[in-house]
Amino acid sequence: MTALMELRNVTKVYTGGLFRRRTTVALEDIFLSIGGERPTITAIAGESGSGKTTMGMLLLRFLTPTKGEILYKGQDLAKMSREEWLTFRREVQAIFQDPFEVYNPFYKVDHVLSVPIAKFHLAKGKAAERALMEKALLDVGLRPEETLGRYPHQLSGGQRQRITVARALLLQPRLIIADEPVSMVDASLRATILESLRNLNRDLGISILYITHDLATAYHICEDIVVLYQGSVTEAGDVDAVIKNPKHPYTQLLVRSIAWPDPKRKWGKVEVARSKEKKWPGVEWDEATRSCKFADRCPFTTDICLQKLPPLFQTESQRAVACYLYKDAPILEGNEIGKVLGQKG
Amino acid sequence: MNGELLQVKDLRVYYHTEAGPVKAVDGVSLSLGRGARLGLVGESGCGKSTLAMTLLRLIKSPGRIESGQVLLEGLDLVQLPEDKMRQVRLGQISLIPQGAMNSLNPVMRVKDQIMDGMKDHSEKMSQAELETRVYEALDSVELERGVANMYPHELSGGMKQRVCVAIAISLRPKIIVADEPTSALDVVIQRQVMETIERLQSALGISMILIGHDMGLMAQSVERLAVMYAGRLVEVGRVEDIFSEPLHPYTLLLISTLPVLEAKGTFKGIPGITPSLLNAPANCLFHPRCPQAKDICAQEVPALIEARPARWVACHLDEVQR
Repeated sequence: MTALMELRNVTKVYTGGLFRRRTTVALEDIFLSIGGERPTITAIAGESGSGKTTMGMLLLRFLTPTKGEILYKGQDLAKMSREEWLTFRREVQAIFQDPFEVYNPFYKVDHVLSVPIAKFHLAKGKAAERALMEKALLDVGLRPEETLGRYPHQLSGGQRQRITVARALLLQPRLIIADEPVSMVDASLRATILESLRNLNRDLGISILYITHDLATAYHICEDIVVLYQGSVTEAGDVDAVIKNPKHPYTQLLVRSIAWPDPKRKWGKVEVARSKEKKWPGVEWDEATRSCKFADRCPFTTDICLQKLPPLFQTESQRAVACYLYKDAPILEGNEIGKVLGQKG
Repeated sequence: MNGELLQVKDLRVYYHTEAGPVKAVDGVSLSLGRGARLGLVGESGCGKSTLAMTLLRLIKSPGRIESGQVLLEGLDLVQLPEDKMRQVRLGQISLIPQGAMNSLNPVMRVKDQIMDGMKDHSEKMSQAELETRVYEALDSVELERGVANMYPHELSGGMKQRVCVAIAISLRPKIIVADEPTSALDVVIQRQVMETIERLQSALGISMILIGHDMGLMAQSVERLAVMYAGRLVEVGRVEDIFSEPLHPYTLLLISTLPVLEAKGTFKGIPGITPSLLNAPANCLFHPRCPQAKDICAQEVPALIEARPARWVACHLDEVQR
């Protein structure tokens, strides 16, 4: 099975600082596979500084990896021809966090939809263009007559965000990369947008990569989840198993910190030590420090955790955990991560 | 309800714009007991932050408090002269505003920022006394004393938020009004900050009003919940009661939009959009979105009545009115 999109041993290092060169590893030796024969919904979860947004940017080729390859249908993004690049740009679409900043206030919202139609020659003539726009809007639950011809300030945040979903839809993509698409939207509309994303996956066969810090919504719309901590995968696999029975101490901390909207389900007990609350999220680039990145916060740290970075241990058929607590389980090599993702059928 | 610490009576706050008055708070009545934790939940634009600002009388033009009372131990804050009001702010009621951590002064040490508020809002204190208070405040939010001499850019988001909490409690107020105190923080840090606030609140006997749109946080942190929609309260009651049996259709829909652990994949949005508060008509403002709306809903504003013991609901439905 070839994955729709793949990360192979990808590292992204940011360098900065004016006088003192500071380097930050945003992602380190990441393997990932998304989609395949069957459309999937995968969550990339983590706190700020975990590298999840960097991953989205890399997948869209807004950034180039420092090391490693990113493949779309087996083709390296860095080596694509012009035609392949155009196809990629049509088939992989993005939805961003802020539904207020993506609009130019001087243009009607139609502009957001008509530009991709013109660029990719999707419609011949005004009538066909209008029909396409209307269909896309209906697909995300908006009434075209109430939406088209308006200016962005006349629409609510939820409506604007659904128009960006409609824009992504127009191009009939294979994959949508949604980076925190609902974090700035009100609770009552959040569910509507997530519902439309899930429907796209189910009805139109579009794979979705849902980048989020919100494990509760990830649990509801996704099949698989990949949890990142400081640029490394800590746990990956079936979302039900990961949320209901987290294995990595970091995932346990995250899951027990979910504020479930239920007064009877209070925050769970946390054994994990308090975070040092680093000034700069991410780790200093230093070949010598190869300890588990969570070791300084983990209550179960042993000597081995400080000596080398834990590999992924495959604890179940659909789960891998990067923690020495599970060192009796077989080691899952990075390029085999596809084995624990997208297996549900 | 004479023993209540804070009572808000029929408060109205309008913003006077060229297009007409925007009724951000339109007849809200609330009460808060000593040491109690009250949540105020609503969507953006429902007037919840305006209500928070009104409690400290921080409403600026074109906003104006039209009528109503805010009684703190019987003292009407709406009528209080400005110099007396300054003593109330921070001294009696303190506010953790939305995005507080970004409001710290970047060129001032943490210590000086905490002192600044204390100097301004209380009786004169000696330098030594001020310093002792700063360290006490930092201790109580679990920050090291060394943080006192740091600048905000040297702190993480969670630490900055703790500094804001330290400022808020520095004068031992009776009430903390926290407007989305953790909305920009990661889940783990959010939980730590909320637990710090709660611990202080019960240790010092402070009452808290938590404002936000996150029903999850409300379920975890407050005892009583007030649901606000379009400038009015639609339901007030104990948090367990509201979650187990929401009586107002808006509350019911709001709760059904939430992801819970038991029922995967079954959540739905609320159809329609929030109404504009500009020239809001005198009827139930939720009726265009309400699946159970009746004729009367378009004609009359439902009063907030005690529909069940300790439950107040503003709705024309028979279940509520029985």
